[in-house]
Amino acid sequence: MTDLINALLVVILVLNLFALGTSRIQSVIRIVAVQGALLGLVTLLMHERWTVPVALSAVAAVLIKAIVIPAVMVRSLRAAEIKREVEPFIGFLPSIILGAVATAAALLFTRSLATGAVAAAPSLIIPASIATVLVGFIILISRFKAISQVLGYLVLENGIYIFGMLLIEAIPLVVEMGMLLDLFVGVFVISIITNHINQAFSSMDTRRLVSLKE
Amino acid sequence: MTLGAPSLVLAAIALAAASGLPSLALRRRRSAPRRGPWVQRLSTSLLVLACAAGCVGALASILEPASPSIVLPWKAVGDSLVGLDPLSAFFLLPVFFVGALSSIYALGYWPQAKHPRTSARLQVFFGLLVAGMALLLVARQALAFLIGWEAMALSAFFLISAEDAREENRRAGLVYMVATHVGTLALFGLFALWRASTGSFALRAPALPLGLGAMNGIFLLALLGFGLKAGMMPLHFWLPGAHAAAPSHVSAMLSGVVLKMGIYGLLRMLFLLPSSPAAWGWIILALGAASGLLGVVFALAQHDIKRLLAYHSVENIGIILMGLGLALLGRSSGRKELFVLGLAGCLLHVWNHSLFKSLLFLGAGSAVRATGTRAMDRMGGLAKAMPWTSAFFLVGAAAICGLPPLNGFVSELLIYLGMFNGLATGAAGAAMAAVAAPILAMIGALALACFVKASGAAFLGVPRSPEAARAKESPAVMLVPMAALAVTCALIGIAPWLLPPLLDSVIAGLGSGPSLGSVPSLGSLAPLAYVGAASTAIFALAALLALTLARSGRRARTVMTWDCGYAAPTARMQYTASSFARGIVGMFAWVLRAPKEPKRLEGAFPEPASLHGEADDAVLDRVLLPAFRGLGRLSRWSHRFQQGLAQQYVLYILIALALLSLTLIPYDRILALLAVN
Repeated sequence: MTDLINALLVVILVLNLFALGTSRIQSVIRIVAVQGALLGLVTLLMHERWTVPVALSAVAAVLIKAIVIPAVMVRSLRAAEIKREVEPFIGFLPSIILGAVATAAALLFTRSLATGAVAAAPSLIIPASIATVLVGFIILISRFKAISQVLGYLVLENGIYIFGMLLIEAIPLVVEMGMLLDLFVGVFVISIITNHINQAFSSMDTRRLVSLKE
Repeated sequence: MTLGAPSLVLAAIALAAASGLPSLALRRRRSAPRRGPWVQRLSTSLLVLACAAGCVGALASILEPASPSIVLPWKAVGDSLVGLDPLSAFFLLPVFFVGALSSIYALGYWPQAKHPRTSARLQVFFGLLVAGMALLLVARQALAFLIGWEAMALSAFFLISAEDAREENRRAGLVYMVATHVGTLALFGLFALWRASTGSFALRAPALPLGLGAMNGIFLLALLGFGLKAGMMPLHFWLPGAHAAAPSHVSAMLSGVVLKMGIYGLLRMLFLLPSSPAAWGWIILALGAASGLLGVVFALAQHDIKRLLAYHSVENIGIILMGLGLALLGRSSGRKELFVLGLAGCLLHVWNHSLFKSLLFLGAGSAVRATGTRAMDRMGGLAKAMPWTSAFFLVGAAAICGLPPLNGFVSELLIYLGMFNGLATGAAGAAMAAVAAPILAMIGALALACFVKASGAAFLGVPRSPEAARAKESPAVMLVPMAALAVTCALIGIAPWLLPPLLDSVIAGLGSGPSLGSVPSLGSLAPLAYVGAASTAIFALAALLALTLARSGRRARTVMTWDCGYAAPTARMQYTASSFARGIVGMFAWVLRAPKEPKRLEGAFPEPASLHGEADDAVLDRVLLPAFRGLGRLSRWSHRFQQGLAQQYVLYILIALALLSLTLIPYDRILALLAVN
């Protein structure tokens, strides 16, 4: 079972790098959707006995992360009539390299971390979580389109979700559901804002928002 | 006596604070143009009534020091909010006296009919200024003191920026605001330290002796906070601009009275402590000498008559501080004569300066009102058009220069006597006297040169501009306050023997420490009776001379200054203020950074040459403004870190996270591993 989980986490890490390297925003949305589906699967696999709450949590994660949110975002992408992230702050190849470095650093860093309490967990959970968070940060920092920012935020949230699996026995179902709801509302609001930015500035470049500073 | 002196003063404070309310109520009414003048008169009479009551109360408590002090309960901060001792009363008198006269003067100088927009504001804040100063003088508790202090400082700001349509006035107000807040910050520090080391906010002598560190801290903070208000030399930078920008009756109040609150604060705090190191006396004496000398030197280089007077305030504060320094030296060395003479000179000069400086500002205001300019080089010849104004200005000028028949002479004489007394105390005292006495003499001589320049350029000769030629004498409501001030100046000069009872009671109140015991009377130390007799004789001679000249019936011929035989002289060929001061300004070029000397005129057809003798301010223009500009550039550089770009902020979060995770690295284990290898 542990090997299977680790294999899935490796897939998630590869998807991270793929998300960094592609300029088509629709592809990135799909990658994030696939990540969400895999995370639901990992949640199921982490539990030895499947109970109703566990199943509910996994289904909700898949439903929201893999289906609803991507659908909302694809809609707002169509409305905004854009396809690609042009001239990011850090280029696509450099950001892949940066992501790879971050993943390697996360793997090295975890080894020196004292994780006695969760030694039983699959060995890749913590590095995968930290690496995904860092990749989310890289996307947030280097992309300027509002919708790419949302995607970076989603990747970041996926990383946090992976970490949450360590504590899956400790975190009550209500909290988990609350997190998913937050995420959904956040994406929903940002998608609406994206449309408005587009109308107001006739561009989705968040750098234009600087003029709102004062 | 049922009505105690303190309650009279408290009533005066309340009435003064409320005196502007009628004007405020009128502000937006449609009937303002018709009723305005009457409302202004009502406000002014309320203020004058308050000031009269305050004067009576203050005078009564100086002459009868055992007046009861009022305890107002204020649970949050402690008791004993208000008290009236001779020192407070001594400073209250100029506040009320000059306050009343300046507000009467304002009826003519700033009439409601001519300044409908600002006169209500001036009335309100003038009353608050008087009330704030009186409150801080009677406060016996740090918070009440600070309330009065801030009421004074803020209403002074609104008075200074009365003519805020002009750029330079707004700038002056802003500089003043920054300076006064820095001062207040120092006072917050001072009273916090006071509370920490004595255990209460009450301003009374501490029961236990303080440590040297706390004493020095209190001294330095008091010097900064009160020195900024008093306009001591390196901290005077707000003063020339503010005094020049304010309406003249406000300048009179600022220079004559508000600056003295700094001196009062310094006296109050320093004499609450039972003893002081000798170094404090030396520091204050040195600062006083520097303020006095540099103040008069900068005054010489001014063209604006009110800026010139403002720099003279710096000079006179310097003289007052020299007296205070002598008194502190006398206290720390246990020499009673030095203490009494220095303190008497300091206190009397406080009164004198508030009298003659407000007289000079009111006179200058009268000339400014008549000519519409503050530049002395555009006045000229006003003595013929405005005989009363010029006569009062002349009296003020003679008094500020310390010339014998007037009051400035008496206080400077006391300080000189103190210095000569110090001569007998040994090597240190002799060195002090040898340096300080010549500096005081030099200040007097330079002040004389400066006022010859000022009154010569403004009042003598022929008019230098069409506005000066059209000047008319000011109305009686402006002349009467000046006359009252001039008469008081002369009275102190002619009858200085009236002073010892007043001054002795103040000095005894301050000197009753363990180090001095009982102090001798001023009358036994200074030959005030002889001074009075000599002054009376000079007055009599002058009057006799004037009478003889008047009866001889000779009329002065009206001609130009000697014109070197030139056929068509004009008014522009007179000596200007710049050219008069040029020699002395040249001597002090090292500090004034005065303009370059003009080219010598040579040959039959010389090239055009010009001389412009106005100096910038040493502290404000050469130190503070460049420093703040540098700070501004530095802040602009830091703007690039705060651009409102979301991506940048996420990067900051990431950097912070990375730094935090650095603390997780087990350095000690790595070091141990390295050590083993």
